[in-house]
Amino acid sequence: MQTLTRDHIVRWITHLAAVLEENKDYLTQLDAAIGDADHGINMDRGFKKVLSQLPSVQDKDIGTILKTVGMALISSVGGAGGPLYGTLFMRAGMAVGSKYELTAEDLVAMWRAAVEGVIQRGRAQLGDKTMVDALLPAVEAMQQALAEGGDIVAILQAGVDAAEKGRDATIPLVARKGRASYLGERSAGHLDPGATSSHLLLKTLLDVVTE
Amino acid sequence: MKKLINSPETFVKESMEGMVLAHPDILKAHFDPNFLYRADAPVPGKVAVISGGGSGHEPMHGGFVGKGMLDAACPGEVFTSPTPDQMLEAARTVNSGAGVLFLVKNYSGDVMNFEMAADLARAEGIRVLNILIDDDVAVKDSLYTQGRRGTGTTVLAEKIVGAAAERGYDLKRLADLARRVNINGRSMGMALTSCTVPAKGSPTFELGEDEIEIGIGIHGEPGRERIPWKPADEITEMLALSIIEDPAYTRVVREFDEEKGEWVDVELTDPPFQPGDRVIAMVNGMGGTPIAELYVVYRKLHFIAEAKGLKIVRNLIGNYITSLEMQGVMITLLRVDDEMVELWDDPVLTPALRWGI
Repeated sequence: MQTLTRDHIVRWITHLAAVLEENKDYLTQLDAAIGDADHGINMDRGFKKVLSQLPSVQDKDIGTILKTVGMALISSVGGAGGPLYGTLFMRAGMAVGSKYELTAEDLVAMWRAAVEGVIQRGRAQLGDKTMVDALLPAVEAMQQALAEGGDIVAILQAGVDAAEKGRDATIPLVARKGRASYLGERSAGHLDPGATSSHLLLKTLLDVVTE
Repeated sequence: MKKLINSPETFVKESMEGMVLAHPDILKAHFDPNFLYRADAPVPGKVAVISGGGSGHEPMHGGFVGKGMLDAACPGEVFTSPTPDQMLEAARTVNSGAGVLFLVKNYSGDVMNFEMAADLARAEGIRVLNILIDDDVAVKDSLYTQGRRGTGTTVLAEKIVGAAAERGYDLKRLADLARRVNINGRSMGMALTSCTVPAKGSPTFELGEDEIEIGIGIHGEPGRERIPWKPADEITEMLALSIIEDPAYTRVVREFDEEKGEWVDVELTDPPFQPGDRVIAMVNGMGGTPIAELYVVYRKLHFIAEAKGLKIVRNLIGNYITSLEMQGVMITLLRVDDEMVELWDDPVLTPALRWGI
């Protein structure tokens, strides 16, 4: 596959809302172990708002769609997830601009801008036990796959694999950001809920383009 | 779960509606996005003071909206920070043109949402400065954590800064005062019981029948240690000494530099308490604590302060910053100078705090 279309993006967002609803209790349970037990609830509320706004922009360019998703999340999720996922989609939207389809290069540039936005907003580094632990390795892997001449599916597959590895690598880590950081050593031994939802984000995009 | 709610989804909104029906002369409500604001806002020439945070800590912040304190309060879902559109719309509503000060408790969600709101408001030409409150000495290091949490000092800061805004302090001077209050305030709390977030329906954490958590956060975040129950005097001593003997605390916070037009890192140091210091003491119930028990704590705190050479010049005893129905107590000591005491004594008229009017 050489291009990602607007139709893919709309299906991704729609499908993501369903995936987050399915995983609402799971993400909340993960958060209950080391945070404040609201991540799944908040993401589900946010993507319900996204779904209500999607029809008004789904015939527009990809940048507009992604920025609308970002603004909907910023104004409905709350907590740390709202600004972080909101920023991710806003920056992704700004990176692709008014395009209606994305090349492999566009796709990787979009994810890089999105993840850089998250890092700037949250000031988290690799190894802090946050969503950055899934997202940053994913971007590096996607860049690598692009350099090796991979197509969209190959690039996304590489991203998903790296995100999964990064997600699982958060288990032994001690949290250094957010509410989990107050647990200190007690935060080790648990999967990070933000890294888990970040992996779902990428995985759902891969599922949509390969279905 | 047994609670006096109709449904978790409508809880925050219905509580706001009740407040406005009860106090129409003091505050109004705006819905979607949600915030409470002074009935007479915007007050001409006055800097607007806005705070906010997750719901479940009432009367903070909505109960502190009114003359001499907050111009607006933005409630999030229970224990979830509010969203930037709330603070943006609140800022538009209460800004008189003299600018807006955001008082923000140091939780990652609150910090990010208030920063985004400030950026959005500035893009519309509204002057905004953010000052963080991070006073919870239960968190010892800031290098490997989000840093100290914003707790009891927030209440005292909202009163003192609100009074200064009423007196006509400009935005810069108000921000300097808020920062000064924050670095002179320290708090620590403890829990006898857990609390239940309505949307979750089960207790946030489990605490055995004879166990207590020392250093609890206001969302039930774990504290320094979990220990068997002790008499009130011993608990009071643990909290008070942790505060009074806390060494200088240095950390880096992010503030907006108006001259550079960007967010900058600022290093702040809380000086330790010294014999001879004058303090405002707050003994705060966590929501489910009988007032009589708070006075048992205040009694011991009074003697400890005396023995340590601290003079309690004002006090506040009651439920002001809570964690839903949690039983427990938080002690806050704020070192004050003449200016802060005068501002503390200034008139205030809010649903939860009123004197001098």
